[in-house]
Amino acid sequence: MRRTKWFAAATVAAFVGAAGVAQAGDTFDSVMERGTVRCGVNTGLAGFSIADDQGNWTGLDVDYCRAVAAAVVGDSDKVEFVPLSAQQRFTALQSGEVDVLSRNTTWTLTRDVSLGIHFAGINFYDGQGFMVPADLGVDSAKQLDGAEVCVQTGTTTELNLADYFRAQNMSFKPVVFEGFEESLSAFFAGRCQVYTTDKSGLAAIKSVDAPNPDDYKILPETISKEPLGPSVRRGDDAWFAIAKWVLIALVQAEESGITSDNIDDMKANSDNPMVKRVLGASGDMGEKLGLDPEWAYRAIKQMGNYGEMYDRNVGMESPLGLDRGLNAQWTDGGLMYAPPIR
Amino acid sequence: MSVPNSGEKTELPPPKTQVGVIGWLRANLFNGWFNTLLTLIAGYILISTVPPLIDWLFLDAVWGMVDPEVCKQAEGACWTFIREKYRLILFGTYPFNEQWRPLVGVLLLLTVVGFSCNRRFWHPWLGAVWLATLLIYLMLLGGGVLGLTPVRTELWGGLPLTLLLAVVGIVVAFPLSILLALGRRSNMPIVKSICIGYIELVRGVPLITLLFMASFMLPLFMPTGVSIDALLRAQVAIIIFVSSYLAEVIRGGLQALPKGQYEGAESLGLTYWQTQRKIILPQALKISIPPIVNTYLGMFKDTSLVAIVSLTDLLLATRQAFADPEWRSFFVEGYVFIAIIYWCFCFFMSKYSQHLERVLDTGHKR
Amino acid sequence: MAEQVARKAGDSAAPPRREAGAFLRDPRVRAVLYQILVLGGVILLVAYLVSNTMDNLEERSIRTGFGFLSNEAGFYIGETTFVAYEASDSYGQAFVVGLLNTLRVALLGIVLSTIIGAIVGIARLSSNWLIAKLASVYVEVMRNIPLLLQLFFWYGAISFLLPSVRDAITVIPGVFLSKSGLQYAVPVSHPIHPWMGLAFLAAIAACVVYYKWAKRHQAETGREPNLLLPSLGMLIGLPALVWLAGGAPTQMDVPELATFRYVGGTSVTPEFLALLLGLTFYTAGFIAEIVRSGIVAVAWGQTEAASAIGLSRTLVLRLVLLPQALRIIVPPTTSQYLNLTKNSSLAVAIGYPDLVSVGNTTLNQTGQAIECISIMMACYLTISLSISFFMNWYNKHIALVER
Repeated sequence: MRRTKWFAAATVAAFVGAAGVAQAGDTFDSVMERGTVRCGVNTGLAGFSIADDQGNWTGLDVDYCRAVAAAVVGDSDKVEFVPLSAQQRFTALQSGEVDVLSRNTTWTLTRDVSLGIHFAGINFYDGQGFMVPADLGVDSAKQLDGAEVCVQTGTTTELNLADYFRAQNMSFKPVVFEGFEESLSAFFAGRCQVYTTDKSGLAAIKSVDAPNPDDYKILPETISKEPLGPSVRRGDDAWFAIAKWVLIALVQAEESGITSDNIDDMKANSDNPMVKRVLGASGDMGEKLGLDPEWAYRAIKQMGNYGEMYDRNVGMESPLGLDRGLNAQWTDGGLMYAPPIR
Repeated sequence: MSVPNSGEKTELPPPKTQVGVIGWLRANLFNGWFNTLLTLIAGYILISTVPPLIDWLFLDAVWGMVDPEVCKQAEGACWTFIREKYRLILFGTYPFNEQWRPLVGVLLLLTVVGFSCNRRFWHPWLGAVWLATLLIYLMLLGGGVLGLTPVRTELWGGLPLTLLLAVVGIVVAFPLSILLALGRRSNMPIVKSICIGYIELVRGVPLITLLFMASFMLPLFMPTGVSIDALLRAQVAIIIFVSSYLAEVIRGGLQALPKGQYEGAESLGLTYWQTQRKIILPQALKISIPPIVNTYLGMFKDTSLVAIVSLTDLLLATRQAFADPEWRSFFVEGYVFIAIIYWCFCFFMSKYSQHLERVLDTGHKR
Repeated sequence: MAEQVARKAGDSAAPPRREAGAFLRDPRVRAVLYQILVLGGVILLVAYLVSNTMDNLEERSIRTGFGFLSNEAGFYIGETTFVAYEASDSYGQAFVVGLLNTLRVALLGIVLSTIIGAIVGIARLSSNWLIAKLASVYVEVMRNIPLLLQLFFWYGAISFLLPSVRDAITVIPGVFLSKSGLQYAVPVSHPIHPWMGLAFLAAIAACVVYYKWAKRHQAETGREPNLLLPSLGMLIGLPALVWLAGGAPTQMDVPELATFRYVGGTSVTPEFLALLLGLTFYTAGFIAEIVRSGIVAVAWGQTEAASAIGLSRTLVLRLVLLPQALRIIVPPTTSQYLNLTKNSSLAVAIGYPDLVSVGNTTLNQTGQAIECISIMMACYLTISLSISFFMNWYNKHIALVER
């Protein structure tokens, strides 16, 4: 008996040791100590965060995490990606399992106020839409009265869906799934006539997941506002500021014309005071954030500015082929508007 | 010696209709109109299902490494899917180049399990062997020592993860459940009610709620800044769940012992723990071994529920293999493949439990 | 108390000069000490966890309390049992819908798995070799494959293999089978229907009375009155009479194909169907094994004696074996019922809106994990305890009265 107990205790100890108990008091300190940023991402959504067979992550949300790592730790590869389902994401952030949640998450009042998290900004302005098989003969969401709709639970999508049909005074039958994959495969199997999620997600699904992209079409209506952005845990203002201003720096860099290619040239030769402040050639922006002067320089140098990230992952250079639309710079009629770095 | 045959009749063979194939058929399939009818119905069902099934499984199946399009044309199963994806199914998202590590680990674990099934090796040192095996297993999976690249637990997956959850669950829940069973039989009211409360509470709720509790509530229970690994959280839920079921099984064993054993031990002046350790538990556990193995069998199947909280066990890894749009329609092949894996483990365990029941039956039954 | 006093008196009569440590060796003192230690430990642990939780909730300003139950839920639920539900209803109502959905699938599953389980269990003991083998194969396959895998399999099979709504299979006129489930015609609701229900209940009561009378009659005269025909007559006849009296309404609500799916009649969704099939076949495997071992456990002499007094095989089974086997069968079957009910929570994996599924959605929308999970657990505990109380009562009812 004693032996068994000792054995069991040792096993537990070994397991705990192997699994590791993360200590995170001050997020910045623990990131520096660990040498990596832990970043919660989607389990697999093309354009935002998706891993290839070798476990290399790509996507807009992923690139933001890499930029944070470049700014804080100095190397954009120093990121541990933690794939999270819609249900797990907030718990993972609350409990300190991840330092940043960058998982196409919609900014809402409830989430910002009562879930123990803070949104650091918006890296993608999205809106919810519908996808239907092309041979269904439907051209508008207004014709969807009575349809069966596949949707993933625990998302704002589920609530918007109900709101939209109520407002339009139409009926529908939700088929609700726990996981993204389940909901998707049910739709492709023909369990539902309609699939709904953010339009960027629909574009990704159509171009990447659909057996034949031409068999499906995305309806023109956008039924909701979905500002997607990274979030951090409440109660750590210093880390919140870093997460927020890395994103702003990426957007500002595009506005100021700084790209990963010309950044060294700009840093050496530019006389623009804003460029100089962003790249750490003047001012003490880094120090105010608790970082070194070259924080933004590293992020932009290694990952490119916001526009480069967009084009690479979801824009014209990617399979998704999305317009900039609302995500264009304010100077081009979009909503990307960086508060001044000064 | 010759047999005197005077006056004795040689034995006639039984009628042809009672021996041989015909006799067997008559006795087992066609005795009476009702059985004949049943046989005919069952035979019809078999003939109409088995040959197509064999065709689908083997004869018409695609075995070669071909394009998914070729597979879609085929009449039978597309085992190409398994050949294409078996690494993902068996090892989940574990880094591709390091997958020899979980493979070695699983083989080692299975070897030790094989040894442990032989009663000749039931010695105290077996515990030490198990401990060493588990440590090596965790080292192989986790890395970070002996020049192995560290691999985070989020990446562990597939069969190695399923086995890990099951084995650690077995090892940790066992002592816990003995304490719970003893507590429930104890005559100290407070200890007894705590144990009853724990056991009944856990047995009254589904495992999935415990898993949700572990994933959503456990982080809140911890002091600020301490986070527990997702795998460990699921493991805790499984241990809590199994230990309460196991406690009831062991309590059954304790109750089956005649009262004289307790009285005898007491009259020898043994203390409570001495009594339990030297007299009661060895006998009670021996009676309970077959149901204990059955409980483990149930637990092994239940580990598949961690798929719902997004741990990439054998089941979820298989579902991830379907995520590839080209192969999405071959889910039957994938499910059949892992069903066979699960079935082999479970069937072995259930046969082993029946075997133990016979071997260990040394006359406690009246 | 009296004993203690007596012991003390004895001690003082022959003073043995106890050492200080001896006090700790008194089993009763130790028992109290142990209990205080254990209780203290448990209380400390709980207090530690609770205080951590409180800190965490406060620090991250996470909402607490059950007030959210009366808030508007805002999400739809795909199918409901008995009660109507709209997205504008409250979270509390959503939970009720989930609970009723759980109960519906659990009750149906229990009934079906009992029937299939009993048939398969008896078939395993059949003298027909083929049937016995088939039953064994069924049991070995079902019991040794995880339920969740079976559920995924059924769900996959239904959603892939059945035709889409537009090419639905017409099983019989008015009943359509497709990827959207089973859609079938039901009578248009009529004021006579509740009365027919009442008549059916009355028929059940009449049957009970009739059985009691029949038993007494048999005890007095030795003749067994026919049970089957009169009871069937009452069960079908009484509601039928009420129906006729109400003017025999025959109008049916037949499903018709609209743009996307069949409208009208009633439907069984593929999620429900998959869950019910999975739960039933899985649990039936276990029940079959329980039934088989229950029958085997009845002493062989009972069968021989019964045959010796000239009972037919059916009568041996019905009058001698089953009543005795039932006593062995009932307790483990109860735990199978409990398992089935708890296993119905796997619905969440295939999208059937049961208690866990609705609770999980609520959890995700409100972020109030502790409250939502507590509600789920409380519901299951209540169901479990109710089933086991009922089964204990039944068990006592049929238990052997020992001398």
